[in-house]
Amino acid sequence: MADRHDEARPDESTHSEIKPGTRFTRRGFLKGAGAGAVTAAVAPAILVSEAGTAAAQETEGVMSATISLDVNGSTHNALVEARTTLADALRDRLEITGPKVVCDKGECGACTVELDGKLVFSCMTLAMDAQGRKIETVEGMADGDSLHPLQEAFVEKDALMCGFCTPGFLMSSKSLLDANDNPTPEEVREGLSGNICRCGTYPHVFEAVMSAAEKMRKGG
Amino acid sequence: MHAFDYATPESVADAVVMLSDHGKNACVLAGGTDLIVQLRENRRRTDLVVDVKKIAELNALSYDAATGLTIGAAVPCYRIYGDAEIAAAYPGLMDAARLVGGTGIQGRASLGGNLCNASPAGDTIPPMIVLSGEAEIAGPNGTRKVAVEDFCTAPGRTVLEDGEFLVSLHFPAPLANSGAFYRRFIPRNEMDIAVVGVGASVVLSGDRSSFVSARIAVGAVAPTPLFVREAGEALAGQPVSDETIRRAADLARDAARPISDMRGTAEYRKHLTSVLTRRVVEGAVQRAKE
Amino acid sequence: MSQNGHKVIGTRPIRHDGVDKVTGRAIYGADIQLTGLLHGTVKRSPHPHARIKNIDTSRAEAHPGVRAVVTAHDLPQIADKLADLGEAIVNLRDASNNVLAYGKVLYKGHAVAGVAAINLHVAQEAVELIDVEYEVLPHVTGVLEAMEDGAPILHEDMKTTSMGEETDKVSNIANHFQHKMGEPDDGFAEADVVIEREFTTQTVHQGYIETHNATALWNEEGQLTIWTSTQGAFSVRDQMAEILQMPVSKVKIVPLEIGGGFGGKISVYLDPVAALLSKKTGHPVKMTMTRDEVFEGTGPTPGSYLKVKMGATSDGRLTAATAYMAYEAGAYPGSPVGAGAGCIFTPYDIPNVQIDGYDVCVNKPKTNAYRAPGATNAAYATETVVDEISEKLGVDPLEFRVKNGAKEGTRRADGPVHPRIGCIETTEAALNSEHYRSSLAKSANGKVRGRGVASGYWFNFNGGRSAISVSINPDGTINMLEGSTDIGGSRASIAMQLAETIGLEATDIKPYVVDTDSIGYTDVTGGSRTTFGTGYAAHATGQALIREMKERASKLWDVPADAIDFEDGVFSYRDDAEKRGSFKEMASQAGDAGGPVVAQVSTNPDGSGGGAFATHVVDVEVDRETGKVDILRYTAVQDAGTAIHPSYVEGQMQGGVVQGIGWGLNEEYIYNDDGSMTNASFLDYRMPTTLDLPMIETIIVEVPNESHPYGVRGVGEVPIVPPPAALANAIYDATGVRLRDLPMSPPRVQKALAENGG
Repeated sequence: MADRHDEARPDESTHSEIKPGTRFTRRGFLKGAGAGAVTAAVAPAILVSEAGTAAAQETEGVMSATISLDVNGSTHNALVEARTTLADALRDRLEITGPKVVCDKGECGACTVELDGKLVFSCMTLAMDAQGRKIETVEGMADGDSLHPLQEAFVEKDALMCGFCTPGFLMSSKSLLDANDNPTPEEVREGLSGNICRCGTYPHVFEAVMSAAEKMRKGG
Repeated sequence: MHAFDYATPESVADAVVMLSDHGKNACVLAGGTDLIVQLRENRRRTDLVVDVKKIAELNALSYDAATGLTIGAAVPCYRIYGDAEIAAAYPGLMDAARLVGGTGIQGRASLGGNLCNASPAGDTIPPMIVLSGEAEIAGPNGTRKVAVEDFCTAPGRTVLEDGEFLVSLHFPAPLANSGAFYRRFIPRNEMDIAVVGVGASVVLSGDRSSFVSARIAVGAVAPTPLFVREAGEALAGQPVSDETIRRAADLARDAARPISDMRGTAEYRKHLTSVLTRRVVEGAVQRAKE
Repeated sequence: MSQNGHKVIGTRPIRHDGVDKVTGRAIYGADIQLTGLLHGTVKRSPHPHARIKNIDTSRAEAHPGVRAVVTAHDLPQIADKLADLGEAIVNLRDASNNVLAYGKVLYKGHAVAGVAAINLHVAQEAVELIDVEYEVLPHVTGVLEAMEDGAPILHEDMKTTSMGEETDKVSNIANHFQHKMGEPDDGFAEADVVIEREFTTQTVHQGYIETHNATALWNEEGQLTIWTSTQGAFSVRDQMAEILQMPVSKVKIVPLEIGGGFGGKISVYLDPVAALLSKKTGHPVKMTMTRDEVFEGTGPTPGSYLKVKMGATSDGRLTAATAYMAYEAGAYPGSPVGAGAGCIFTPYDIPNVQIDGYDVCVNKPKTNAYRAPGATNAAYATETVVDEISEKLGVDPLEFRVKNGAKEGTRRADGPVHPRIGCIETTEAALNSEHYRSSLAKSANGKVRGRGVASGYWFNFNGGRSAISVSINPDGTINMLEGSTDIGGSRASIAMQLAETIGLEATDIKPYVVDTDSIGYTDVTGGSRTTFGTGYAAHATGQALIREMKERASKLWDVPADAIDFEDGVFSYRDDAEKRGSFKEMASQAGDAGGPVVAQVSTNPDGSGGGAFATHVVDVEVDRETGKVDILRYTAVQDAGTAIHPSYVEGQMQGGVVQGIGWGLNEEYIYNDDGSMTNASFLDYRMPTTLDLPMIETIIVEVPNESHPYGVRGVGEVPIVPPPAALANAIYDATGVRLRDLPMSPPRVQKALAENGG
């Protein structure tokens, strides 16, 4: 099938937004409320039209839908399947590649983002579950040209080597300082204990966070 | 990861309908910190993921000194330890809520989810057992209550029937002179699954010199977390001393039936059960005295 | 101004890649997006040892989302040929078979087929549709078992090479070599104390956070481009050219930012598969590994068995040492046992030495380089034995090391004689450190505490080939193109060396790591060669620029070029003080006097300069009931020659220490009886977290390397060598029990204590 140049994506016009309380189905379509196998109590809104099923065949009956994600203050549309994680949606659909996929299991912290102000691992969050929530990634930390004090501190204190774990550490550090603007060194280590670094930057990371905390307390 | 559907019911009744329709081919999503990983590794397959986070009862968090603590099944750990009153009243539960996974996990992971995942090593389960937790379940036949110690039946298996799901957990109000404590042993200082976990809850006499009652539960040493009734009963009416605590620890060790796996040999785990039970009971006693 | 009177070297300017990395802008291999991209994945063997009877790809190819499937049959057949990849010598036929198994699978996880599909989910589904028929064979995963007669044989045509000669014996022992100096038997006879001990270590992975990736585009003209995260773009190019049997000129490798390598990202794994899939589909194909694939399908460092015997006189002088070293090569020959042998006794001046080294194949992934490969295993053995000897003699362990320390003129067991080195200086600095002089407070909670020390060594390889290309901008800043991928700050330290040479600030140099079509041949970033080798080239480039600028100045000032001096960043005409200008001033005018100023240099310096030594001090606290070891304080002392960028040197030291701590206390591949790794995830392959470490103090000693213009020694590798041994000695000091098997994880410590009444 040499004429297909893009990842098979069903015609976007056949899809609509997922609303809360509704059900997203890959199996085809539902004409109006109360049809088919569902009871009136669970009347879903119309999600996909029959035309969508033609595209669905290309991907073995797996439907995709466009969802709207609020990332770093901007709204983005992403075409996802139910099984698409937030990490994959950010990286592959929206080309926001700050969060990294490393272990796919929440054991390393490299995919950390903030969801409604709370740290979560984007590799174990479904993209659809992130709709309607504020998503923040490392790309949103800087204010235009000005780096966030944590970003500055990481550069100044040389708290990165290969840099792969850095976006995750920055998210965790930011979350830590947002909750506690004067952490002890022990609190810093605990707050960052979900992030693994293999290059061994931990000592410099701790220094950077303490330094940024001080700066931020002074209004810097 | 095999494909599935995704639904977000807004009421308990709606969720029951969806789950009943699909039976074993549906599963419940709260924080997702276990489920998503299992789906990705194809350790679980499902046709429908029912996201219950929009149901009010599952997000409830309330405490009353008379009636106790109610935690909705989907309430993430950070909300639990973030509530100062609840944290002060149930420090034993906080031990676990703060341990589960790390900050990124605690932003999503829930006690309800940890219980329903029914890992033998689930960190929140021993403390919930010793605090006499009760699970409220909704299903096609209405609601029912099950003691947390009876909830898990085998690794990954619970008493939930098709169409049923966990709505909330309830804990009685703490008694005077009581204290609870949970600790696990892990090879590093973070991130590991418990090699052995022990929870203990004690009630001391007015002068704090003897035990009125005690409950002890151990994790990661049997197919399910174990409520070791006899270990707690061995402390009832006994003076608080190294000797009585050691006896209880030995009973806990005897009840343990661990396997050998990559996280530890059976002998090592039995040894640790004894060591940790002793330390945890001492910790619970310390808290009861505070 | 740094301590040595340098202006740039020794200072700590901000690294050039810092801002991109903290804003998420830095592009790593998996971040890349191309139009028409397909996604690939690999089917892997579930068996540790089996013959492949048949591979049926028809069901996978019939899947509507699948675009191509490849197996070893799509690779050209390659004869035995050895290639130097920069940290290891590799047989290219073995490398090809490792990429896609031909005939046999030799470890669980060995790749047997590759699939390209419209998305990753489809590719993963398709993998399950590939049917492979195996004839399962008995397997062997332990090094000693593999050496025994009657062990399952991995390579039926491989005969042991012993002492340089091929024998008739078909065996898993690929190679046996021996180094001998003096007469050990006589030396032991002279000794008053002789200690002989056995040690084992387990397979350990480099654990880089970024998994392997490769995106390949094989275009209609047969030009292959690969975007990848690698430590050596030119090495990848060579490997690809050989494995695919195509001219080097048809292969371009574009190195992206790399999320850690530590030696493990030099050999290719996905790249040839992605290339074949791209050729078959006509589309670019992106492949990344999952974490468990990284553990099971790449190149960890060997498990090993060592037996070390050392003897000393009662006045504290070592007289003899012997070692039996058997290292697991994994599925194909080529463990770093040779390097290990070059390091094992190197911190000491011992007249009588014999080392027997064995390279042994086992049904595990083919091992690969991991930060000072082979040396950590060796030091675990030696440094523990030295500790026992010094204790028996009642001598302070560091003073014992000073007394017996290697120095200029000492001969290594494998032949070379040390030039000027900093072994003794490093040990003395440890001896005089605040940490070592402080007393260790007793534990308040029933645990026990102890202190341990250990030394280590790693080579400074021949600087290798490096190329640099520079052009000067009118404002006097310099664009510097180089081929050394940056895994630890090398782009900045190279820029600094260039800046130092021509009197500019480091921020005036803009370094770029470029693809293989844009720069001359540059050897891998590894072997602790980069700051040395590419810095050498930077220095040479600086010299070339100075010569070029003198020519321009001569035209501008109308004076002979040989009468122009360059000092302290300023060009001046000897006979007229008015005619002078800084580099930047001259740069802005230079274009008028002969066009753009460019220079290109490639270098390949001789001589390695003796290598780097380290001595570490660690305090631990042990919970005797659980076996848990916590680290209270750690000090790493190391000779850097000249610290170009002290922060980066410290960073390398701390990084190596953290990895060494993981290796010492928790990391290992746990195999079951099926020859399968049971803990192929970050959950159960336990690397240190933030809570597992104290602050790591560093002390940099500088004994300049005489064969480098700025005295540089490689710093990246030696810090991983001492930690496991230092920890073992500290645990002994705390508990009275010696552990001789790595890792010293809680169950092992608890068991050893229980068995020894400790």
